[in-house]
Amino acid sequence: MFHSLGKYILLLRLSFKKPEKFSVYWSEIMREMVSVGIGSLGIVAIISLFIGAVATIQTAFQLISDFIPKTVVGGITRDSTILEFSPTITALVLAGRVGSAMASQIGTMRVTEQIDALEIMGVNAPGYLISPKIIAGVTMIPLLVIISVCLGLTGGYIACAASQDVSTNDYLRGLTDGFNPVIATVCCVKAVSFGFVITSICSYQGFYVNGGSLEVGQSATRGVVWSCIMILFCDLIISRLLL
Amino acid sequence: MIEVQDVYKTFGENEVLKGITANFQPGKTNLIIGGSGSGKTTLLKCIVGLHEPTKGEVILDGENFTHMNFEQRVPIRTQIGMLFQNSALFDSMTVEQNIMFPLNLFTDQSKSEKLDRANFCLERVNLAGKNKLYPSELSGGMKKRVGIARAISMQPKYLFVDEPNSGLDPLTSILIDELIAELTQEYSITTVVVTHDMNSVMGIGDHIIFLYQGKKWWEGSNKEIAKTDNKELNDFVFASPFMRAAKEKL
Repeated sequence: MFHSLGKYILLLRLSFKKPEKFSVYWSEIMREMVSVGIGSLGIVAIISLFIGAVATIQTAFQLISDFIPKTVVGGITRDSTILEFSPTITALVLAGRVGSAMASQIGTMRVTEQIDALEIMGVNAPGYLISPKIIAGVTMIPLLVIISVCLGLTGGYIACAASQDVSTNDYLRGLTDGFNPVIATVCCVKAVSFGFVITSICSYQGFYVNGGSLEVGQSATRGVVWSCIMILFCDLIISRLLL
Repeated sequence: MIEVQDVYKTFGENEVLKGITANFQPGKTNLIIGGSGSGKTTLLKCIVGLHEPTKGEVILDGENFTHMNFEQRVPIRTQIGMLFQNSALFDSMTVEQNIMFPLNLFTDQSKSEKLDRANFCLERVNLAGKNKLYPSELSGGMKKRVGIARAISMQPKYLFVDEPNSGLDPLTSILIDELIAELTQEYSITTVVVTHDMNSVMGIGDHIIFLYQGKKWWEGSNKEIAKTDNKELNDFVFASPFMRAAKEKL
């Protein structure tokens, strides 16, 4: 456990050494950003719309009574979407989609000697392979989470319009009433942390693969599992510290 | 010149290399031969710095490569070209991008200069016009040749080749061997080839080292190998009836 943690920290240190040539790294960063950001937009959009709609319907089911104003549904949906649903569920989905792809890409490069080829050339392999992925993760995952929040709240609006349990006017008023900006800050901190956790853990798992295609698959699985555990752990720590 | 001095390499309890000492001269095709598990690839990886020797030193043109850190090794590594057993081409890049990759990172050449160099290297390995193909679109022999083109793109002083003939038909194997030998002489490169292909041994082995159970068992040239009375080497080289018959005719 401590041996793995030490290896992980040393790998991160190597990943952020001065690049051999910034322009080459920059193009890698752009490529990874497109892969993480644009590549995940579809799945994030679908999940967010449905989660927002379901959250609204379930909140309305539990809270609608003559004694509670209907605007509460919008407020609860907003807070739960911004604080928990969008950052955490988006991150868990991205751990599966982006993280497993990163672990298997780097793992395949390891078992086919492509990483050895980089090292022979004098390239800092962790820097060239891992740092663009981490940078893409900590920039694009927060953007995806922001999009997820917007679509989640839109999903709630569509659910209100379709079901009529809560009027769309009440829902919109609930969204804007009593908004505390701290929850937006917490959401962004979570998104950046989750971006780092997914990309660094999955890259680490891929980088130290030993063996063949079976081990590459296992490393991708380990990367996703550890990312999910660490996402939930970070979620708890950040919520406790910032709220 | 590459000097390997008393190199040992141990993995856990398993001692793979047991005090190897050898010199590899420039302009010559140096071969490391031996049976499976004799330590050939481990020795090659110790020389290029992919493995740290447990004991001993590797000296490249007077500079002790073994005790250098990553930053100190970079200038020397830019003078090293290596062809891997499975070519190790970058899957996400085209042939041209693979060859230009080290040029992009370690030179200040303009794009047209780098492109000219890539085209020259491709012509040199008889693959002109294949610039835009991806590794998945190439045959095994073509991948090896692209690997050689990438290895020579930086005009290396040292060329290391791991099993250049594995998975290739005899004709393609000979073409790859001839290409390695030609490049070695043309640019006076210090070339080290790990192989157990007897055609390579007889065809291009200017200087051969035979490893047996992790030790250097025999050293000589392809002309001397047929006349040796070293039992282990004879058992290895002349294992097949065809090779035994060929030796009797010599």
